[in-house]
This record gives sequence, C-alpha cells and structure tokens, in this order.
Amino acid sequence: MITRRAVLIGVPLALAVAGEARAAISGMAYASNEKDNTVSVIDLAQMKVVKTVPTGQRPRGMDLTSDGGRLLVCLGDSNRIDILNTKTWAVEGSINTPDPEYAALRQPGNNPLYVSNENNALVTVWNIDSQKMLGQVPTGTEPEGMAVSPDGELICNTTETTNMAQFFEYPTTKNVANVLVPPRPRWAAFTHDGKAVWVSSELGGTVTVIDTKTFKILDTIHFAIEGLRSTFIQPVGISITHDDKLAFVCLGPANRIAVVSVPEHKVLSYVETGQKVFDANVKKYLLVGERPWHASFTPDEKYLLTANGLSNDVSVIDVAKLRVIDTVPVGQQPWMVLISPS
Amino acid sequence: METNQSSAENLAYAKSGPGRRTVLGAFAAAVASGTARPAAAQTTPTSPTPTLTIGYVHWLHEVDTISYIFTPAPDNGRAGAEVAIVDNNTTGRFMHQNFALDTVEVRTDQDPVAALNTLVAKGIRLVVTDRPAPDVLKLSDAAAAHGVTIFNAGAAEDALREEDCRGNVIHTAPSFNMLTDGLAQYLIWKRWPRWVLTYGENSQDLLLAAAYRRSAKIFGAHLVAERQYKGKAGSRETDTGLIELQEQLPVFTQNLPDYDVLLCADTQSVFAAYLPYRTWDARPVAGSAGLIPTSWDPNSLEFGGRQMQDRFVAYAHRFMTALDMNAWVAVRMIGTAASYAQSLEPDKIMAYMRGPDFQLGAYRGLSLSVRDWNGQVRQAIILSDSGRCVVSMSPQPGFLHQRTVLDTLGTDKPETTCKLTTAQKG
Repeated sequence: MITRRAVLIGVPLALAVAGEARAAISGMAYASNEKDNTVSVIDLAQMKVVKTVPTGQRPRGMDLTSDGGRLLVCLGDSNRIDILNTKTWAVEGSINTPDPEYAALRQPGNNPLYVSNENNALVTVWNIDSQKMLGQVPTGTEPEGMAVSPDGELICNTTETTNMAQFFEYPTTKNVANVLVPPRPRWAAFTHDGKAVWVSSELGGTVTVIDTKTFKILDTIHFAIEGLRSTFIQPVGISITHDDKLAFVCLGPANRIAVVSVPEHKVLSYVETGQKVFDANVKKYLLVGERPWHASFTPDEKYLLTANGLSNDVSVIDVAKLRVIDTVPVGQQPWMVLISPS
Repeated sequence: METNQSSAENLAYAKSGPGRRTVLGAFAAAVASGTARPAAAQTTPTSPTPTLTIGYVHWLHEVDTISYIFTPAPDNGRAGAEVAIVDNNTTGRFMHQNFALDTVEVRTDQDPVAALNTLVAKGIRLVVTDRPAPDVLKLSDAAAAHGVTIFNAGAAEDALREEDCRGNVIHTAPSFNMLTDGLAQYLIWKRWPRWVLTYGENSQDLLLAAAYRRSAKIFGAHLVAERQYKGKAGSRETDTGLIELQEQLPVFTQNLPDYDVLLCADTQSVFAAYLPYRTWDARPVAGSAGLIPTSWDPNSLEFGGRQMQDRFVAYAHRFMTALDMNAWVAVRMIGTAASYAQSLEPDKIMAYMRGPDFQLGAYRGLSLSVRDWNGQVRQAIILSDSGRCVVSMSPQPGFLHQRTVLDTLGTDKPETTCKLTTAQKG
C-alpha cells in the first residue's frame, strides 16, 4: 500500500486536539529549535508561544538553573553554550566549547556544568559563573546523553556510536565504570532515589536499567507495539516522575510515548503521538506530534510536554488521562523542551 | 606493492586539521598514544591492551569521471576504514581492546592474492577490500583456506551474493539490486512509473540494466523503451565539446514513447552525467546521474550523520564517499562485534556479527545487520541529487516486509540462489 503521508501530517492533527479543557497551568516552557536557530518561549497559561528568542547556530541541549533564572543553550554549530537570562533574554555569558550537544548542571549549586562535546569524544566540565573550563574527560565516540545523580556524586554519559553508558565520579571525574548497552544510547536519566539510571538505546529499541552501586544491568526494557515494526521504535528522551513511579519514554519515529512502571520496569501503555487512531483502545494512546525526542513535566507533574522533531510542535499530555490535550506549534525541528520550576 | 601500517599510534581524528579541531585532535591523539593519559581514561591500566589488526587490500587506480569534483581521491575507501579504526579505539580504550589497520595498496596490474598472502602471513584474519568483483572472488577463495573473512566494500555485482556467493564474505557494499530497488521504490511512491532505460556498453552496465529491469517488474513500473549508448562521449575537454553534447544527447533521447523518468546505467562514467538538461523531452534523469541511489552522500546529515561527516572531513580533508562509508561500516562492524562479544578473536567476532543480536548504527536511521543467507549487509539506500543534497531515503513508506523493511531492498531470502552450508553461516 502506498500512502501520501507527507501531504496529510501536521495541520489536521493540531486542529483535532487544540483547545481541550484543562486545569489552569502557569509558568513558562522553552523549546530549542534545532533548525531555525531559536528558542520558543511558551506561556503555559495561554498554551502559546509568546516570544521567539534568536540564538546561535543549532540549539539542541538545554538546562535550567535551579531557580529557573538562567537557561543554558548548547549551540552545536556556533561552538558555544549561551547563558540566557529568562527574564530579559539577554545573553549573560558564553561558554566556548566545540560541538556541544547536551549539557547538565550539577545540583545543588548550579555547578559545575557537564558538557558532551559530540565531535571530539570528550566531556568537558565548566564553571558557569566564571565560564572557565575545569577539566575534560575522554569518552567513547559521540558522547550525547548526560546526567548527574540527584546527590551530585555520579555523572553518566552515553556514547552514541560506541554503545556505552560511562560513569564518572564527582569531583575527580574518575571513570568508575563503562557499561555496554544496545546500539546508539541517546539519553540517561537517574531515578530520583539515585539507585538506578535508565539509558535509552535508539537503535536497540530498548531502555537499560543500570544499578548505580554495582553498575550491573538490572533489566532491559523492550517495547512492542502492535502493527508497528520494531525498527521504528527508537527510544530517546526519558522523564521520570518524582515519586519514581512512572517513566515516560519518547519513542521517536514510533510517534508514541511509552509509559513505564519504574519499580517493575514494565511497559504499562503507549501514548500515541502523530496520528489519531480511532480504536477501542484509544484511551491507551495519546496524540502528539511526529517523532517526539524529549519531554519535560510541569512542576506539579500533571502535564508532560514533548518536543516533536518532525512536526515542529510541542504536545501537552495530561499525565492522569494519558492523552494529548493540546498542541503548540513552535520553530523548526524542536529538540528539547524544558519547563521553568515555578 | 606498499605496506602501510596504520594503528592507534598514528591515527587520530584530526590528521593535521587547521582550526579548532586541531587542539582537541591532538589531545585525542595524545590519549590514544598514551603520552598524556588523564586519570579518568583507564580503569585497568596494568596490562598492555591487546590489538586486533584488520587488513585492507586497497585498489590503487585512477578513475576518469565526467564530473571533475567527483574524481575519487587516492585514499577513497581507505580513509573510511581509518576513521573507523579511530572510532573503534575510542571505545576500545574503555573496553581494553585496540584495533589497527594494515593496508596493502595494489595497482590494477598487481595481484591482489599476493597482497592478501602478506596480510595472512602476519596472522591477519579479517580483511577489507575495495577491489572489483573478479578479485573479490579470487580473494575469498584464497582466503577460505586460511579461515580469513573478506569484507567486500566495493563490488556491487549481485552474482557475488548469489550464484558465486561464498561463506567467508560479508558484503558491506549494497548490491545493484538493492540500489535499483531503492530508486524504484521512490519513483513508484512519486507515481512516476513509466521509465526509459539507457545503458552503456560495459559488462557492469549490462548487469546494472538487468537490475533495473528486475526492479521494474517487482515494483510494477513499465519500461516503455530501452536504449544503449554506444561510443565514448568524452568530448568535454575540447573547445566545442559542450556544443557537441547538447546536440548529441537530445538525439540519443529523441522519439521515445511518453515516459516519466529517464534511467541511466553507466558504471564507468561515460555518458550518464551528460544527460540531465539535455534530454529531448523535459524529463528527470535518475540512476547513474540525476537522482542517484547510493549507500552514502556527503550531505546526509540526518540520524546523527552530521557527526560522521564532520569527523571524516576533519580527518581526511575531503568529503566522505559511498566507498568510504562501505569501508567504515566493515571496520565498525568488526569493532562493534568485538565489544559486544568482548573478544578480539576473529571467530568470536564473526559469530556475533552473523548472529541475531548484531546491529550497527550507521547514520541511516535503521540499524545495519547481516543477511544470514548470503552475507549481504542490509542497509537503507540514500537517494542523492548527484551529491548536492539528499532527496530521500529508501525503503519508502508503504513498502512492507514480514522481517524488516530493509529486506524490501535487493534479493530476498525466498529468491536467493546462494547456498551456504550451516557451518558457513556461522
């Protein structure tokens, strides 16, 4: 069967889901638009873009300081990370580092910043106030995912091309373990109790759960969706609720978010993203845009926002209903979405 | 015949690149060579890292191309293998594995089997080659006696995967059938089903033309006419060459039944590149010119491809070709299988590579793996606008397969004439 999908995607979806009733949300969300070099500022109360901030080239990874006052934006093709004031949107400082793909702040204290320098097989470490480099650590090929444990003592990096989750200690950056995972690991997320780290493998189609004490693989979570070939299931972003009960895994071209039980490592359901399927199980699926990459919760965790790389929009998922309730058009190829802490 | 040992000691991402990458490249080199080992680099620094040396029988030859900018570099293919060695070692330094490349350059008039024997004498058992099809066959037969596996990065002839298949060969080069199927799917998706097929006189042109006929049948296209291009065009360098061409090519494509696309099968760069904008009717050209099916294009940036392109350009100071990619895939397949098998023993590496769990990410969306029935590496096919930008990537939406959509490209298991013994399949 040949379909002309390209003609059909996008617009009808936005119309289909826009404006569904929801409780009041406040605060701001920020989406990095990889292709048109902007950050979209979304007012959650209005659920629309209220400001588009021009950035350097190829904004992808972002992190926020704990007070939400500064947004750090990795500008891969400009070879720097800009530190933006989220009130004035002035650039308060820049960290000059080649090919930053993603950066994670250590908390508490908003320092240091760990940066994956994708083209150079390095993780670099920075003080964001002085913008000075504190050190650099060799990694496997194409470091990407970067996470710091909740207590700030362990740093995890994933290397896309050489299939490792690599662990480093704070503050020495001593390499304490390298764990082989299925192909193209993209993202790492610590559970909030710090006992495990979840690593997504985009090509392997899995999430590997690794014990942060023994560095043993506790489990490998597989995803299976009826009617969808496994090769389209490409997990990237992982968002874990603060009570460590649910993880939401963005499945990329599968156009779905998987909802996974954190204690049981079990897939509970899939939230459909990208096409509306009218079937009896519709409650099990959420509608969001195409190729969701990364997602973030609102502070009350009632909503999850996804950055949809192919359809240039951000979807708002009602976490209790597991359904998309709104879709916000942003810039071209949104990569990541972050939400201000208050 | 020259031997050129390339190893971790002299390969790092930036050969001598100017600009910002030089500093980090030098740092990477220092780390790889052990002259500057940061505290974090190794968790087990005590015993020396064991090395697996991979052989490369490199065809040193000159190719005359119509388009000057696509003249292959002398290290075409080889540079891809070298970047893959660096990639392998970037992982290897954490896995206590080291990889090196031993390249033997062989001119057209030299014997590739002699080159293979020098590698075998050094104990090398995994050998990549970009030699043409008859040599791949000679090399694989000579290699079999020594338990050596050959990685065919260059030859697209389907016979090597079918009636002449060998159990000790892995084909990282896509076959003619895979390439023509990749293009055919796109043309059908586009609803351009009426094709004219033009082809040259070379024996490979005839094989490629046959592949187009096969693809037309499978995907329901109509070959409304065929024409063979005879004689060498080759007049581009004379003062009147352009005028001649713009008169010759319309005549060659005159009086055809109504059609959608003009296909050209021209493996030796004799006439295809002259066709776009010179056809009698205003029709797009595809195949060896115009819209070209290939395993790699230097403009392919999706699926992390940007990182691969940047890494390659920093190393080789030129763009990455399909042959570079095929050789990169071969060496990375070895490195990836070695890390998952946690062994540098060729037998264990090959067993893992041919097994059900093997997958290689190669910047084309779906991961690459090995067809167990003939050793062909399944892979997506890029459709390139003659190296200017990527138009699409096949398989196209809607073409389905019970195993993987990648098996909609090329000869499938039920049709294969390759008969490998169980032992050969590993």
